[in-house]
Amino acid sequence: MTARERIAGNVAGYVDDRTGAAKWMKKNLTKVFPDHWSFLLGEICLYSFVILLLSGTFLTFWFDPSMREVVYEGSYAPLEGLKMSAAYASTLDISFEVRGGLLMRQIHHWAALIFMVGIVAHLLRVYFTGAFRKPREFNWIIGVGLLTLGIVEGFLGYSLPDDLLSGTGIRIAEAIIQALPLVGTYIAFFAFGGPFPGEVFIPRIYTVHILLLPAIFLALITVHLMLVWYQKHTQFPGPGRTEKNVVGYPLMPAYMAKAGGFFFIVFGVTAFLGAIASINPIWLYGPYTPGQISAGSQPDWYMGWLDGLVRMAPPLETHAFGHTISWNILIPGLILPGIMFTGLALYPFIESWATGDKREHHLLDRPRNAPNRTAIGAMALTFTLVTLLNGGNDIIATTFHLTINQMMWFSRIGVIVLPPLAFIITKRLCLSLQRADRDLVLHGRETGRLVRMPSGEFIEVHEPISAEKAWLLTSHEQIAPLELPESDAAGVRRPAAIKNKIRNRISRATAVAVPKATETERRELEGHH
Amino acid sequence: MSSEIEMIKDPGLPAHVHRSMDIDPKAAQRAERQVAILFILSALGTLLLIYSYVFVQDDIFIFIPVLGNMHAQQLGIGMGMAIALFCIGAGAIHWAKTLMPDEEVIAERHEFRSDDEDREEFVKTVKEGAAVAGLGRRPLIKRTLGAALGLSALTPLLLLRDLGPLPKDELTKTSWKAGTRLVTDPGDRPLRAEDLEVGAVAQTLPELAPDQHRTLNDIAKDAVLLIRLRPEEFNLDAERLSWTHEGIIAFSKICSHMGCAVALYEQQTKHLLCPCHQSTFDVTRAAKVIFGPSARPLPQLAITVDAEGYLIAQAPFNEPVGPSFWERSS
Amino acid sequence: MKRLSRLRRHRAAGPILLVFALFTIGTTFQVASAVDSENTTTASRSVAIEEGKQIFLKGCSSCHGINAEGGQIAPSLIGVGAASVDFQVGTGRMPMADMSVQAMRKTPVYNAEEVNALATYVASLAPGPAVPGDELLNYERDGSVAEGGELFRTNCAMCHNFAAQGGALTQGKYAPTLMGVEPKYIYEAMITGPQSMPVFSDKTITPEEKLSMIAWIKAAESEPQLGGASLGRVGPVTEGLLVWTLGIGLLIGVAVWLAMKAR
Repeated sequence: MTARERIAGNVAGYVDDRTGAAKWMKKNLTKVFPDHWSFLLGEICLYSFVILLLSGTFLTFWFDPSMREVVYEGSYAPLEGLKMSAAYASTLDISFEVRGGLLMRQIHHWAALIFMVGIVAHLLRVYFTGAFRKPREFNWIIGVGLLTLGIVEGFLGYSLPDDLLSGTGIRIAEAIIQALPLVGTYIAFFAFGGPFPGEVFIPRIYTVHILLLPAIFLALITVHLMLVWYQKHTQFPGPGRTEKNVVGYPLMPAYMAKAGGFFFIVFGVTAFLGAIASINPIWLYGPYTPGQISAGSQPDWYMGWLDGLVRMAPPLETHAFGHTISWNILIPGLILPGIMFTGLALYPFIESWATGDKREHHLLDRPRNAPNRTAIGAMALTFTLVTLLNGGNDIIATTFHLTINQMMWFSRIGVIVLPPLAFIITKRLCLSLQRADRDLVLHGRETGRLVRMPSGEFIEVHEPISAEKAWLLTSHEQIAPLELPESDAAGVRRPAAIKNKIRNRISRATAVAVPKATETERRELEGHH
Repeated sequence: MSSEIEMIKDPGLPAHVHRSMDIDPKAAQRAERQVAILFILSALGTLLLIYSYVFVQDDIFIFIPVLGNMHAQQLGIGMGMAIALFCIGAGAIHWAKTLMPDEEVIAERHEFRSDDEDREEFVKTVKEGAAVAGLGRRPLIKRTLGAALGLSALTPLLLLRDLGPLPKDELTKTSWKAGTRLVTDPGDRPLRAEDLEVGAVAQTLPELAPDQHRTLNDIAKDAVLLIRLRPEEFNLDAERLSWTHEGIIAFSKICSHMGCAVALYEQQTKHLLCPCHQSTFDVTRAAKVIFGPSARPLPQLAITVDAEGYLIAQAPFNEPVGPSFWERSS
Repeated sequence: MKRLSRLRRHRAAGPILLVFALFTIGTTFQVASAVDSENTTTASRSVAIEEGKQIFLKGCSSCHGINAEGGQIAPSLIGVGAASVDFQVGTGRMPMADMSVQAMRKTPVYNAEEVNALATYVASLAPGPAVPGDELLNYERDGSVAEGGELFRTNCAMCHNFAAQGGALTQGKYAPTLMGVEPKYIYEAMITGPQSMPVFSDKTITPEEKLSMIAWIKAAESEPQLGGASLGRVGPVTEGLLVWTLGIGLLIGVAVWLAMKAR
């Protein structure tokens, strides 16, 4: 044993005496993790969160979260002598008086955007591969919670500098709060300490942004990761992979090095963006005042769909008995998003109700093998994309020589017509791909070589696919549709008859599939070529 | 042939294919060198960061193709940081890919479900514990506990009461009164009717008393937009027409939809556009909404001129300005 | 007589005579032309009006009417002033090439002299805003950049965007970018209110304030990229686009490389 090994052993022993760490460390250092690039999307979120904590802490050393009026005396000449809030002035100081300050501001903001992009990409991967099924429903709900809180946290974060663009966003948020029936004006006055804009909103959201929400994030992310750790990660189907095993690499050393290395990659890419691309140039926006507005005012991208929904809303308001209900704000601002996020959170339960499948799943689905789920996902994505595009309709209009009026009507109609269209097209596409898989297994790969038989017939030579590939293309399950009874053995109609009928119909739609190729069929065809 | 359909079988994990580094020591050495180069690049990145931070002046700009003129200090610190971090990561990943063991390992999944015996014991423990706690047999304790906890839940709500004042009539009142002069924003200069040409706009605020200080709260409800048209271009009823003066009409600048500043006036169409959500208002018809999500026109301020010819408000706004709320009656 | 004859034959006689002649002709010419130039200024103005009228009849009257009284498709130009003409024709917006919803800036058809002639002609029809002289455009001396920024954000940013990059109006109209626009044209646009743009009278925004705004616009134009590549200075839309293309693209690229088997 070398001196180094002996010292290391002593240290390990010292710690183990007091914690019993050796036992669970031994177990966990050899834990197996499956390897696929799409499994790194969640890591992008995790590492972005760490970067946000680090860069954010840096910024708190200089930022002054106060709305008291100061006169700017820093080095940025176009704002010299102007009155502004201390929050805005301190953000200018971070940008222009602190070396690396603007870089850290930009890294923080790019990291926030990447965090949200990572969440959406990770959500799409988990959704389209069915990784949310039992036993991972809790993790899915935590994930939707992280998505929602991430949107709020980002909005609060870019509102802290109190510039013209983000101040406009706060004005709009206040209008949504104010529009709530019965309690709206009270909640708005409590949140803002009086009428808008007041003097307490920025310091209050500062507390939420640097303390409350990060604490909740830390807790949720910890539970999220612990569940993945304990339940073990899912894996793509393939040779040697079953519902009862995990095939991959042990944590130490390969996985640790790769995952640890990826943290530095994410940090490096974020720093790269912060170095070369300007983001949130608050000195150009100017300090917030309610009397000013800029053309092309948008929230950050992850709220663009909300802005788009508000823009396309019909001008509906009811006035009755001396009171007003602003449907044009409540529907796009609260009701629709509420339905969307609730539906998203409950989806695992909706799907298991629709298919009747209550078993555990650790093997992922290839999206084509779950055509209904994939089509629903495409539908939701289309809806989100139309609303997102409408959020930037004025900039799109000037760039592509369209009119905002055209964009608005396209969005109003498109948001209703395009999603069902996407559903139909996607489902058809999945079934076509299933057919192509089936053909590949039964007939082999088309090599493109033409051969003339002695009989004069021309055939294309097909190469049989490997056993591994054949297994990959046929290992998926094809669940039979539910056949819940509508009447019991004696012919009496059950009380749950209608519910069962609906469920049967939905599960029939979900179960639509091209039958898998079987070994029997393959053998039958062998004689033909 | 049997009537049972046979499915395609799992051929099992494919045989492990060795990397060139596993077989050829030269390839392994090459990989090692590549990893080392990446780590050295990272160190160079940190050196660039340190150099830029300490030595590069704040006012130097250098030209980079595609990106244009860049702030040298920021670029140096940022690219230094980016290279330093990225290359550590790339080095670690390359090391893992090429030199660390890459044989796939199979581990078994365990069932999560506790066995029935454990489950029964768990239920038994909880039931017994609850029984000895006596909650079921002692309703007095249960009820008083419920009352104590329930009441204490009100405390945090109550302690937040002073977060803000009650709205009262804050949302319905502005600083505009009969006789308040309109002054320019910025500048605080009073305006005469002849100061505006046909087709002109002016951003205005109410004149302040000499000792008054204007806050953002004031601007958020007081901002008014003046527009001058030809009087014959108006399409108003008699009352609203009497609120104009020689073709000059005044509207609240705070959008009736969600409160953004509405000042985008299209001189030829006589439309006002709010850039936030594209609500469009027709000035000739008292800011009637003709497109977009706003459900109400902009409140109109009745104006006239005083004895010296300066534009003044005839009266306060006849309705609350800004976005709608529950207590608003129209 | 003998002395005069002797002087006439002096060596220096020729040169002295030459100088004397030049002097005489020069001064005579000066006096004579001084009188003439005054007549030429008034003369040159009426020449300009005539020249302008000819250009107008050829290139503008088909839409604006023979007497600039306007018509179905073009407004009257009586009273718009030289400033309007200088702006519209000088930036190439007029003559309008296609009858779209808005006249676009393009290569001017007429040169500076012709523009001046047109402007003089239109100004002669009725009083209107004059072309601002250089004395009125010394924004570097008379303008305050910081004050101009506040004025710009209050009066202009809602159409032209916070960094003067331009913005959307209704039905396909747009407020153009102000980058690279001459101070004279910015000033003229403010006082004449071209097309959809409203008029900013000198009492609502004083000439000094207008100069401050021009100073700010010019400072914004020449402002270096302080944080990095500017992404168009239109706000979060292009930032989100970059993160969904370059950002996630780089990261997924590395992830794919990470998970690939080494050979």
